Parts: sequence; structure tokens; C-alpha cells
Amino acid sequence: MNFATYSPSMYFMEATYLIASILFILSLKMMSHPDTARRGMFLAEGGMFAAVVGTLIGGHIISWTWIIAGLSLGSIIGAWMAVSVPMTAMPQRTALSHAFGALAAALVGIGEFLVNINELGPVKRGALGFEIILGALTTTGSLIAAGKLQGIVPGRPIQFKGQNIVNLATAAAMAGCFFYFWFNPEASAVFYSMLGIAFLFGVMLVIPIGSADMPVVMSLLNSYAGLAAAATGFVLGNNVLIIAGTLDGFSGFILSVLMCKAMNRSITNVLFGGFGSVIAEETH
Amino acid sequence: MNANVFSPAVLIASVYVFALAAFLGYQVISRVPPLLHTPLMSATNAISGISLIGSLVLAGSKGYPLPAHILGFVAVTTATINVVGGFGITDRMLKMFKNRAAAAKKEEAK
Repeated sequence: MNFATYSPSMYFMEATYLIASILFILSLKMMSHPDTARRGMFLAEGGMFAAVVGTLIGGHIISWTWIIAGLSLGSIIGAWMAVSVPMTAMPQRTALSHAFGALAAALVGIGEFLVNINELGPVKRGALGFEIILGALTTTGSLIAAGKLQGIVPGRPIQFKGQNIVNLATAAAMAGCFFYFWFNPEASAVFYSMLGIAFLFGVMLVIPIGSADMPVVMSLLNSYAGLAAAATGFVLGNNVLIIAGTLDGFSGFILSVLMCKAMNRSITNVLFGGFGSVIAEETH
Repeated sequence: MNANVFSPAVLIASVYVFALAAFLGYQVISRVPPLLHTPLMSATNAISGISLIGSLVLAGSKGYPLPAHILGFVAVTTATINVVGGFGITDRMLKMFKNRAAAAKKEEAK
């Protein structure tokens, strides 16, 4: 995008993005004190609203039907999800809502692939790969986390022999697809395999973890979704996505470390604790 | 100039933005009390619904084929669920804290 094509509405959009970014930062700051937490949340809501309005006005939007339909349908379902939940079931609803957000990041990635994969430069192609992988594994990971908290999926750590090797092999296959896709952007079969493997990998990451540790896992998945949004920002050249996504990505990571500290555990212990207990059982 | 390829200047600026935002994310959160861990997680979860912005672009942009619009529509829906649901749940959590704090104060007054 060069400066000659910048219209006033695009300057307006960039201004709302700047305001939204500042509001998100202030919001996180205020959310870390009990007295100001609620006000902080309203600032984040305001930031989100500003970014949406800015995009609708300055983002070269021409077809409104899909947008209005999506916004209203999503608001109804989201509001229902928030209002209908009993206090005891809050964490699984958070995980569920999170799965939806991550799915959106993955879908945007697929859309970008469909629209202009052959025109994307190497950096944007790499960012697109990260977006797809992080978005997809966060979607299924969050669904499993929600299922464990709800009791649909057994809450105890699910383990099997050779889990380590299977997980590593899956990760390697995913990385292989990523690099193949990076060098051969027209290989759509590889692209969709990468998507599928990432969905599978999300499940495998979360099933070996017990439901008591789920808040830490959710915070970590939250961090992945943030980084997926940041990757989207790199693909679309959109600063508010980069800023909000990265803020979210790193604060989510730090928060999961802090949560572990509060429980007197180390993060590796939570994430790979399942593997440890297999060994412990074997030595008994 | 092609918008789909990074010019070096834009790429460097984006990496700067990324690095500074990462640093800020770390700094801002590092002193949060354990009481607020869960609401903060819930709020950052709602903020990660910022991918709504990307979904809006996909759903409504000029010259995109129909499948992209449909994907965009689904993405707008799911991202909105994330944003509205996430903030709604956070609000209910924080309200609960407020009630608890008020109750604690009443106890003290007695």
C-alpha cells in the first residue's frame, strides 16, 4: 500500500487502530489491580469497538450482508453463552469461546490462502503458516480443555505408551508441511495437510494434561491465539492485529507462568507432567 | 507497489511494533495478584478475538471470491462469539468479586 492510495477514511481507520492499541495496553494495566479491574475491562471493550468501527469505515468494505449477518449471529450466541452459564461452569465457557476465536484466525488464514496465495511474499507466507498452525491447534486444544472441564472428555491425564514419540512425530510432520508450503505456495494439498495435522496436534497437546491444570493450559492456548492474531496482522499488514495479538500472546504466556508459580509448580511440570507420571508408574 | 509483499522498511517497522508490544505485554502483566489470574485470562481471551478485524476484511472486501466471503462470514461469527462471550464472562466474574468485596466490608463493619 503506498501513500498515494491513502484516503481520509484510511487515515481515520489507522487513528482508531492507534486508539484501540492504547486502550488495550491501559486495560491490561488496570486489569492487574482489583480496584480498577472492571474499568480496565470496559477500556478493552471500547478498544475492540473502536477497531471494528475503524475497519468498517476505512477497510474498503463493500459487501455488508455477510458482515452484518456474522456480527449479529455471533453477538446473539456470545451473549447467550455468557448469560446462560452457571458460575461454576465459567472456565469451560471461557475455553469454548476461546476455541471460536482461534477458529476465526484459522479461517482467515484459509481465506487469505484462497484469495491471493500466489502473490504473497516469503515473509507473509511464513506468517500465514504460523497463523494456520497456531489457530488450528488452539481451536482443538481449547475444545478438549472445555470438554475436560465439562466432563465430556475424561478429566484425568490420558496417556499411552510412546506418546512422546507420537507427539514429536506429529510436530515434525507439521513442521515439514510448513517448510514445504513455504517454498511451494501452490501446493494446496500440503497446505490443507498442515491444517489437519495442526488440528490433531492441538488435541494431542491437551489430552495428557489433567483438568486441575486446565487454567494454565487455557492461558497458554490464549497466548497461542494471540500470536495467531499477530501473524494475521503480518499477513494483512494491520498494526492493531499485530499489537493486540502480541500483547495477548506475551501476557498470556507470562500469566500462565505466574499461575504455575501460584500453584507451586513449574510450567514444564504442568505441560509435560503427564510424561513424568508414566515414568513414575513404570518405576513403581 | 504490491501490498502483498513486504517492503523492507514496512517489514522492519512491523518487527519493531511486534517486539515493543511483546515487551509491553510482559511488563504490564508481571505484577498481577493471584486473585485476578482467572478474570485476566478471560479478558485477554476476549482481546484475542481481535482476529475479528481480519475476519471483517475477509468477509467484506472488494474483489474477493464468494468462498472467501463465506469463510469470512463464519470467521466474523466465531470471532464475535469470542469477543462478546469473553467480555460477558469476564464481566460476570468481576461482578462476583465486587459482591464478595462488598460482603467482606460489611463483615468488617459489623
